[in-house]
Amino acid sequence: MLWLMKLLEQIGIYMLLIRRTFSRPEKHSILYRQVVREIEKIGINSFGIVVIISIFVGAVITIQVNFNIESPLLPTYLVGLTVRDSLLLEFSSTMMALILAGKVGSSIASELGMMRITEQIDALEVMGINSASYLILPKIIASVVFFPILCLLSIIVGLFGGYLVCVTAQIIPPAEYIDGIQYGFRPYYVSYALTKTVFYAFIITSVSAYFGYHVKGGAVEVGKSSTKAVVQSSIIILLANLILTRTILG
Amino acid sequence: MIEVKNLYKSYEDNYVLNDISARFKPGRCNLIIGQSGSGKTVLLKSIAGLIEVDAGEIWYDDQKFSHMDTKSKQEIRKEMGVLFQGAALFDSLTVEENILFPLDMFTDQSRAEKLDRVNFCLERVRVSGSNQLYPAELSGGMKKRVAIARAIALNPRYLLCDEPNSGLDPETAIVIDNLIKELTEEFQMTTIVNSHDMNSVLEIGDNVIFIYQGRLCWEGSRKEILKTDNEALNNFVFATNMARQIKKEV
Repeated sequence: MLWLMKLLEQIGIYMLLIRRTFSRPEKHSILYRQVVREIEKIGINSFGIVVIISIFVGAVITIQVNFNIESPLLPTYLVGLTVRDSLLLEFSSTMMALILAGKVGSSIASELGMMRITEQIDALEVMGINSASYLILPKIIASVVFFPILCLLSIIVGLFGGYLVCVTAQIIPPAEYIDGIQYGFRPYYVSYALTKTVFYAFIITSVSAYFGYHVKGGAVEVGKSSTKAVVQSSIIILLANLILTRTILG
Repeated sequence: MIEVKNLYKSYEDNYVLNDISARFKPGRCNLIIGQSGSGKTVLLKSIAGLIEVDAGEIWYDDQKFSHMDTKSKQEIRKEMGVLFQGAALFDSLTVEENILFPLDMFTDQSRAEKLDRVNFCLERVRVSGSNQLYPAELSGGMKKRVAIARAIALNPRYLLCDEPNSGLDPETAIVIDNLIKELTEEFQMTTIVNSHDMNSVLEIGDNVIFIYQGRLCWEGSRKEILKTDNEALNNFVFATNMARQIKKEV
């Protein structure tokens, strides 16, 4: 029972933090400036990792699918089709979100944690500034706006990775791979992936901010909060994935 | 003027503040002294509204700060400058941006006017020319000066300083103390300084209150400290044999 009480207490504190975060900002011009900064920190700085991981995963999925469906009864364009749907339905949204939870989530939690223990958050509060809104809201807006772009980037680069491996390793003819990518394409899958990504973006930033914002103690606690932020947001992402998939795809 | 009346604060069964009442007058350096763990920081943070007291009242001039709603508290906080123990400068901002921060948030001045104010404040604390440096590039004493500059940027009526000279060498510590005193007299601020540095007490203590085990144990001026027969205070202020000898001679 104690763990349940603790969980409910945590949810309550999280909700209060979210309410404070979404209260009216002091100045819209400053919020805009902060959002631009966060887009650079959270979004643009994640370009590299998204491109590298997606290109390799796209290539590996292509090789694996080809290996598994090597049969004269199955058309080879199925490789392209499977790669496309794997990327669209799961990898570029959910798997990428888990990777970003590690990169972005830990960075948010440790940044806010350090600000807390060095009294920078207190300094904001005594100036009469709503520190939650000032610090967390721009991060949430930036990630909700930019993560879908990263998701699209991941899909495109992943497909390109598959194409590259077709060209270089001659697994299947590149033309058939491209045919497979186009075959039976349902644009609905793209909006499904983007919708999931928006939810994940909110989860990653808000959960990590919650852990960082409420750090007590010193450097060790900041490290622990960063780890907790990654673990908890990953679990919540997986749970959300199940719920969203059931809700959207029925 | 700041006044506290019958403040109580406990953590579990331990009373950190036990019926504290005091008046802090403007234009004077009001010092709160006491051993580590005596409740000084809790008292100062309670006055700043960062810690909720269990009982008692906090008044800023004719406004009752304790039990005020958040919005009204924020209005008073805009007239408050706080100097934290570790300076609490924003790491990601330059010196100039740190001091611009409250001006950007709460004034509609032009950029040129704000920069004038920044330069005036930096000059006033004698760190002109450090505008483009980051906090990590500053020495401990410079950080404190910049933090003072940020605290006075909005011309506050109240200045709260938590151990302003901790971690500084005695010479720099006195410079910071005198700076606080000078600014207090010049701008007629109500200044409260938390300290356990005896040099500070004897240098700037216009009004000194001594907290012992959560209670207000003694109140007077720095001159009266030399004549007091309060045992706890004497043990604290004149902790060494040499200091006791000097007191006898005085």
